[in-house]
Amino acid sequence: MTESFDLIVVGAGPGGLAAAATAAEAGMRVCIVDDNPTCGGQIWRGTAGEESTKGTATKWLERVRDRVSVRSGWTAVDSVTGLGKWRGTLRTERDAQTRDICYSALVLATGARELFLPFPGWTLPGVYGAGGLQAFVKSGLDVSGKRIVVAGTGPLLLAVSAGLTYAGARIVAIVEQAPLSRLARFSLSLLWGHAGKLIEGAGYGWSTRGIPYLTGEWVNEASGDGHVQSVTVTSGSRVRDFKTDMLAIGFHLIANIELARLLNCVVETGFVCVDSMQQTSVKGIYCVGEATGIGGIEKALLEGQIAGFAAAGRLDRAKEMAAARDRRMRFARRLNSTFALRTELRTLARDETIVCRCEDVPNGSLRDCRTWREAKLHTRCGMGPCQGRICGPATQFLYGWDSPQPRPPLFPTDVSVLAEQWKEDARSSGIMATTES
Amino acid sequence: MHHEQVMDTCFSITMNGKSLQVRAGTTVAVAIVQSGSLSRHSVLGEPRQPLCGMGICYECRAQIDDLLHQKTCQILCRPGMKVATE
Repeated sequence: MTESFDLIVVGAGPGGLAAAATAAEAGMRVCIVDDNPTCGGQIWRGTAGEESTKGTATKWLERVRDRVSVRSGWTAVDSVTGLGKWRGTLRTERDAQTRDICYSALVLATGARELFLPFPGWTLPGVYGAGGLQAFVKSGLDVSGKRIVVAGTGPLLLAVSAGLTYAGARIVAIVEQAPLSRLARFSLSLLWGHAGKLIEGAGYGWSTRGIPYLTGEWVNEASGDGHVQSVTVTSGSRVRDFKTDMLAIGFHLIANIELARLLNCVVETGFVCVDSMQQTSVKGIYCVGEATGIGGIEKALLEGQIAGFAAAGRLDRAKEMAAARDRRMRFARRLNSTFALRTELRTLARDETIVCRCEDVPNGSLRDCRTWREAKLHTRCGMGPCQGRICGPATQFLYGWDSPQPRPPLFPTDVSVLAEQWKEDARSSGIMATTES
Repeated sequence: MHHEQVMDTCFSITMNGKSLQVRAGTTVAVAIVQSGSLSRHSVLGEPRQPLCGMGICYECRAQIDDLLHQKTCQILCRPGMKVATE
């Protein structure tokens, strides 16, 4: 038996929850597929802290609970279009088990991940993503009494520092690569129509008070014997060391666009292109949240609702929210230009510095490669289990390489999952069968 | 005082043959870090621990019961679970 739904939403963060709830309340049969153990995405993970957003999260989770079929812990590994009377079929996997689910419409709410850039020592235990460490703390990691340097770029560094402080850690320094001049302009532009964001920023400022906030500086090395013990921070001219127990480092966010690209949705400058109704270049496939542009919870919630209404044919309701969404989008653009990466970060990795962590490919062996494909063939860069999700974006920044079209399965899966036949031979035929048993 | 845990129940799992107490809601990746274990050695033998915390990087992969290469940052600890890192 193949299951089917009017709408499948991939991703249970704010955007996905809003899309699912909205479409279900408009009468659609909706399913959410999400690879995390519980709904909420990265931003609404766990219950520690985050009092300001807990109420919103609870509201959306409740709207989804009784109306939507939720598949937590299931990973979308492949999708084909044109199976029977359905627009497409999504292959999902959990614990080496497969489930194929048919859909008439699909919402991609696949969110974002952190950009990691290689520097000497970045593979040491004790070096975590900034959002990564926040996720670990929300998932039970005890950091009380730990000294932590938080570094990289983006507003996330402040949120992470606030969360870690709340959890009892001692933040040694926040190291932001963007120069103060750009940050200052951004703060000023915040005053124009984004009071909510300003208050949010001020809130973080309160809980991170007294912590050195270094701007225009970056970590150029982490060192330690088997575990990080110190980091070197530089402004280009001045260099100083900080003793630390952990380093939380991330260079802002990049969209998870692998599933969108597999489905042939048009992607530009790393984000999925959508029309005013959040529809991608492929009819019936929508995209919401960070995957269309890094912009935070409010943008994701608005986009999710627009996609939910649009998928349900309620274009009138969708249009009501367009202006608010557009304001958020403008905010997102300004935000992202503020945290543009400085070119010095391209020179941190030495010849021996690992770039591809899965296959231990050092930077020096990549220098003579002209393309990502050449690097894969000659060095195995990007050939490990993460399938280039970490080193692909890093080499894009370091060498300007384009990452290739993703191929199924999107995540490593059990052989039995790969061997599973699609019900009807959907990949090769355009036959529009009408029976489903 | 910092943690207001609603469900403060603890149970034990087996980490590399040793018993480990964890709180309900703890992911396996966090249990690995908390126990002081490495999640794996890299192909050149470097020690590694989880990095991204959100199911992307695969640095946290480990064997859980009979299943190899599980993304432990996306799996919650269950009572009696057996975790084996490389």
